[in-house]
Amino acid sequence: MTRRNTNWLIIIIFLLALALWVDLINEINITNPFNHQTLIFRNVKTRLGLDLRGGLQTLLEADLPENASISPEELAVTRQILESRANALGVSEVVMQTAGERRIVAEFPGVSNPEEVVASLQQTGLLEFVDMGTTPVDPGTIIKTDFAESDSTIPASTPEATATADPNQPGPTAEPTQPAETVYHTVMTGTGLKEAHVSSDRTGQPAVSFTLSSEGAQIFADYTTTHTNQYLGIVLDKSVISAPIVRNPITDGQGVIEGRFTAQEANHLAIQLRYGSLPVPVKIVESRTVGATLGEESVRKSLLAGMIGLGVVILFMLLYYRLPGFIADLALITYAILSLALFKFVPVVLTLPGIAGFILSIGMAVDANILIFERLKEELRAGRHLRQAIDLGWSRAWPSIRDSNSSTLITCLILYVFGNTFGASMVKGFSITLALGVLVSLFTAIIVTRTFLHTVLDNLKLPDHPHWFGL
Amino acid sequence: MNIIKNRYLYFLISLLVIIPGIIFMIINWVNFRTPLPLGVDFTGGSLLEVRFAGTRPDSGEVQDAFLKFAPNTDPIIQPLGDDSYAIRSKTIDDATKGEIVIEFERISGSTVNTLAFASVSASVGAEVTRAAGVAILMAAVAILLYIWYAFRGVDHAFRYGTAAIMAMLHDVFVVLGVEAILAYFLGWEADALFLTALLTVIGFSVHDTIVVFDRIRENTSVYRRVAYEPLVNHSIVQTLDRSINTQLTVLFTLFALALFGGESIRHFVIILLVGIFSGTYSSIFNASPILVVWENQEWRNWFQRRATA
Repeated sequence: MTRRNTNWLIIIIFLLALALWVDLINEINITNPFNHQTLIFRNVKTRLGLDLRGGLQTLLEADLPENASISPEELAVTRQILESRANALGVSEVVMQTAGERRIVAEFPGVSNPEEVVASLQQTGLLEFVDMGTTPVDPGTIIKTDFAESDSTIPASTPEATATADPNQPGPTAEPTQPAETVYHTVMTGTGLKEAHVSSDRTGQPAVSFTLSSEGAQIFADYTTTHTNQYLGIVLDKSVISAPIVRNPITDGQGVIEGRFTAQEANHLAIQLRYGSLPVPVKIVESRTVGATLGEESVRKSLLAGMIGLGVVILFMLLYYRLPGFIADLALITYAILSLALFKFVPVVLTLPGIAGFILSIGMAVDANILIFERLKEELRAGRHLRQAIDLGWSRAWPSIRDSNSSTLITCLILYVFGNTFGASMVKGFSITLALGVLVSLFTAIIVTRTFLHTVLDNLKLPDHPHWFGL
Repeated sequence: MNIIKNRYLYFLISLLVIIPGIIFMIINWVNFRTPLPLGVDFTGGSLLEVRFAGTRPDSGEVQDAFLKFAPNTDPIIQPLGDDSYAIRSKTIDDATKGEIVIEFERISGSTVNTLAFASVSASVGAEVTRAAGVAILMAAVAILLYIWYAFRGVDHAFRYGTAAIMAMLHDVFVVLGVEAILAYFLGWEADALFLTALLTVIGFSVHDTIVVFDRIRENTSVYRRVAYEPLVNHSIVQTLDRSINTQLTVLFTLFALALFGGESIRHFVIILLVGIFSGTYSSIFNASPILVVWENQEWRNWFQRRATA
């Protein structure tokens, strides 16, 4: 009828077309037709959570005393190093986020070797060159060093300790069961390393070659000159990898670590050395794996459930509210198309509870329409003209819709905060989809339904059929 | 239709649902030292779900294999469907889990598929439990404040907030009670998803109550001469169609999820079903009647009735 209605209709159709387009494609890629530069690029592939596609999720916590303060930068660097390590392992689409002040959530979609990934994450990656004097220590032995001593095997993050330590006590072999007996002196740590990569030794066994920084090379040259024919222990996270004897001074800053590695082990070691040690040691406090089988079943079943749920609701609205019901059904389908596009665009990672939240919000989306239609019926019964009744129905139902949806949004916010702190992505996913669902449903129920209803009434001229309104 | 008149009958019906739930919480307390058996999300520990491609070994064999690599972890082995097991134990790490699964493959002589594995350290579990309590409290307080604000123009705005919170507590108790009963008979454990369902029920319960209260708010300014009791009743009846229809559409979608949505979210969906049904019941039959009880200050009569009886 009015210009306002026509405007809304145009906007809705435009949004709907845009949303349908996003629903059907996997990436938005708009290039400038004149110089072929990319103007807009966005990956809008549907993102499934770990519970739907299978994978590993871990929650890592700083392995430091409860009262130790960890700066956000340290945690961020730790996250960065862990992410580089995981990427170098060949795990794709790794997502790592810091959660709270001392935790990192790591997600590895679709990994088939969770044990291996977990093992590589947990290592601090602290490489030490240790003075072993004249007695070598067997590979695999856990030793103590004077670098950043702590009560556990995990060192604290104080690189200054290296410079101030005294060269002392080359001692006898420590028993693995009594590692406290000897404290070995750390000559240099992995920070003196510039590069590390997999190579092979003379017999063709995999090994790790490294190049030292100029500073590291200097320390190394000084040490090897004064300690020829002594053993130099190469120690990773306090576990001895090898203990070669120094035959000649090494002054070129090049070296090889040999240790009867498999190719895979050599690769892991190279990765750890390349990205350095973690500023904050971490331990795994939570680990969840979902097999791909279970994920596929869940996707199939929840899609089916969603279709059936949507179908029943559509049928119910049509039978009970007749013409407005039909319009509400159109609005509901609009709602589904818009939400899906929004999920893909934001992007929202869809988890099983997330899908449940979405399906639940379908029910809630209809609620706003039901509120309005019940109001509309009342106004019609009270003898008002149809058009007036429609406008009154909307304006009078609004406070209820606003207040009731606000309370749902408040709950969503609290769920989100709760889920975020603990890396509980299931809880988080549910709150995000439910909240987005509520917001989109407000738009469709209030604006889309009214616009459609006005359009139909204007073009079909049927205000004389009360039973079409379920009266 | 006079709903307000029979308010004590409806309060009684609520009690008839809530009291058995409380009894089962006490039984659970006696059995497990907790009113609701909690999952690994809250207690810490490990949950391993494995599916055997070939014949499934009996639980004794599975237990022996498990203990071989994870001694002293108190595994509890439950069959899951007819080809899988769920094994709950103290916290084990990923490496141990890997060894156990290989051992399962050895004893069953066929592929063993890890459906799901969760391992939560006790400290995180305890922290999650604390945070869960805080989350529920925060939700209640935030909603109370919001209602207080939304109804600030109405007389006794605080009553509306309190009545909505009481109706909400009703729903929380119904959900906890049903969970306690199902935990007793089906061995269900409350996990993070259960908490999500509970918080959603809280949101929905208030959502529903507000719609009725809103009508009362509107009617108080329209019918200034009508007494409070018939006014509240009229408001409930006016919104009844809406309450039932909204309830129905949400229940349709939840039923679809419960029937076809698969095993992993069934527990979650059933709790939502119970809670949302309870939410509609309490908004019609508890929340608004509480307003009337408050307006009439009927607790004086309770005392008198008991005194004269």
